[in-house]
Amino acid sequence: MILKSPKAKVAGLLIGMIVFVACILGSIIFGYTSITFSMVIDAYTQFDQSNEHLVIRNERMPRALTAAVIGASLAVAGAIMQALTRNPLASPGILGVNAGAGFFVVTAVSLFSITSMQHFIWIAFLGAATAAFIVYFLSSFGKEGLSPMKLVLAGSAMAALFSSFTQGLLVLNEQALDEVLFWLAGSVQGRDIEYLLYVLPYIGAAWILAMFIARPVNALAIGEDVAAGLGQKIGLTKLSCALLVIVLAGGSVAVAGPIGFIGIVIPNIVRPLVGLDHRWIFPYCAVLGGILLMAADVSARFIIMPQEVPVGVMTAVIGTPFFIYIARRGMSMK
Amino acid sequence: MKKYLPIRFKNWFSFLLDWKAFLTIVVLLVLTLTLLIASISLGDMRIPPLDVMRVLFGGGEETQQLVITSFRLPRIIIAMLVGMCLAAAGAILQGIIRNPLASPDIIGITGGAGVAVVTFLAVFSNENNALTVSIHWLPLAAFIGATLVAFLVYGLAWKNGVSPVRLVLIGIGISTLAQALTTLLMIVGPIYRASQANIWLTGTVYGSTWDDVTILTPWALVLLTATFLLSRNLNLQELGDEMAKGLGSRVQVQRVGLLFVSTALTGGAVAFAGGIGFVGLMSPHIARNLVGSAFGALIPVSAFIGAMLVLAADLVGRTVFSPLEVPAGVFTALIGAPYFIYLLFKNRNL
Repeated sequence: MILKSPKAKVAGLLIGMIVFVACILGSIIFGYTSITFSMVIDAYTQFDQSNEHLVIRNERMPRALTAAVIGASLAVAGAIMQALTRNPLASPGILGVNAGAGFFVVTAVSLFSITSMQHFIWIAFLGAATAAFIVYFLSSFGKEGLSPMKLVLAGSAMAALFSSFTQGLLVLNEQALDEVLFWLAGSVQGRDIEYLLYVLPYIGAAWILAMFIARPVNALAIGEDVAAGLGQKIGLTKLSCALLVIVLAGGSVAVAGPIGFIGIVIPNIVRPLVGLDHRWIFPYCAVLGGILLMAADVSARFIIMPQEVPVGVMTAVIGTPFFIYIARRGMSMK
Repeated sequence: MKKYLPIRFKNWFSFLLDWKAFLTIVVLLVLTLTLLIASISLGDMRIPPLDVMRVLFGGGEETQQLVITSFRLPRIIIAMLVGMCLAAAGAILQGIIRNPLASPDIIGITGGAGVAVVTFLAVFSNENNALTVSIHWLPLAAFIGATLVAFLVYGLAWKNGVSPVRLVLIGIGISTLAQALTTLLMIVGPIYRASQANIWLTGTVYGSTWDDVTILTPWALVLLTATFLLSRNLNLQELGDEMAKGLGSRVQVQRVGLLFVSTALTGGAVAFAGGIGFVGLMSPHIARNLVGSAFGALIPVSAFIGAMLVLAADLVGRTVFSPLEVPAGVFTALIGAPYFIYLLFKNRNL
């Protein structure tokens, strides 16, 4: 670990937070419509209905905040999953949780004509939970129990199954296609701030709860025997972990659609940085996850201007080399 | 009756034909033909099987002739060829990687071919959404994409040899990247048959024409024959490198050759039907249950099973939800994903 003393860790986290805020500002300022810093302030103090002010209030600000919250949630969800499964490749995208949530939402839209965001969230939670449960259950078979390889394979099989179902439903119901296509691409663009406000209470609660279970998670990450030996209620810890993953990943998918790799990349950067103590890992993941998704989102605006690359594509391009590096290095958590 | 029938062509080619395998192939041939007739006869317009036979032999009513020869037949032939190609490609990969879970879609080869196809369509389209070069080059592009990805995955998984676990993991990573790139290219480029692109990626034989058939048929026949001729090398590959070397086999050279054949088969299939998933995974396993694991019998049997799988998936896709068409890839995934999970369960202690 690079940051050894608690002081260094606090300092690192503070620097991270400053960069985080800078990224929010950057995400508001950079883009097709040029905007200056003073315009951002004016838009909220002296709003004058001008084009720039409207862009700031209705587009850039929601987009920046969405990217920040979703990035943070996906990274924390990844960290929890990796601790729970002791597998550095576990993350919502690879284990099919995103695909499951996506399939449930598309089913709701096309078969039951549900279109309100409030319902979307619960349906996405349900989908995330179903996929997570199936994958976890399937990969627990066998003498060795949950092996990293089985987890990833079961996850990718379920992801393939769910996305094929989604495709099939979309073909059968073209109207649904129009309503969900923008969402399926995985993007933080054009999301109403209200979407975010719906999920924020759940996601915020999950962040706080994550800090509370960080200590038991530490023991669990070493091994279930150790955790039991230390007198912990393993079942309770695991259950809360699962609940947090479902809320964080499901909520993110409900707002932004499936965005992969944040949950793999960030925890694997954070662990060498701050060690294996989840009381540090979680806040660092939240900050760095937000930064990564905002940075990916801003660069996505410039690569093929005036068009935009969906941010899910950006994170895949950044994340794949990382994934391969971990797969080559072996499955150690260090 | 003897158990084996040896077949020899002078000095350059010989193999043992297992009588059980021979009978299995005959049965499969009959089943495939039945399915073929059923597939031609069912659809929006029902054509009785007898009329189908009449049309196939050059008679029949004019409307029936039109429906069969212009719409159904090319599509059905493509479905069968694609199934055969994917199944043979999967059988080869499982042999050289020595992993029952390997298949072109899982280790990213299908994804690579998909990227190449979308790139080809984006680069060589003009404003009118028409291609500026002949579509005959499409399978070649898909083949190049598939090959590049295969060697990329193999190379990245190399670390004092290739472990199956690493190979599959890296393949999964690369196929995610390939999906992302395909999405990107579809957004950026003006794409020929753009409205179909999304459905095509799930895997469908919808809209196949006789042109497609004339391009894919020679491609598939040459490669399937090559696979069959190379099957004895595959038998050796499966014994492991040391054993194969000891038996006088040039392991590395043959492996590269087999890998090329496999990517070419995948490329041809993806060029015309997109990413029809899980066929390359399932067919060889089903075939192994039927005729055992000697590749001389395994390759043709898996090819027949692959053809039947895609044909059946397409038949269900275009009849059950009629007038809508569900891509065949949805149904192969519907059977394939649970099958994959079953394999995972069966190999749980590996």
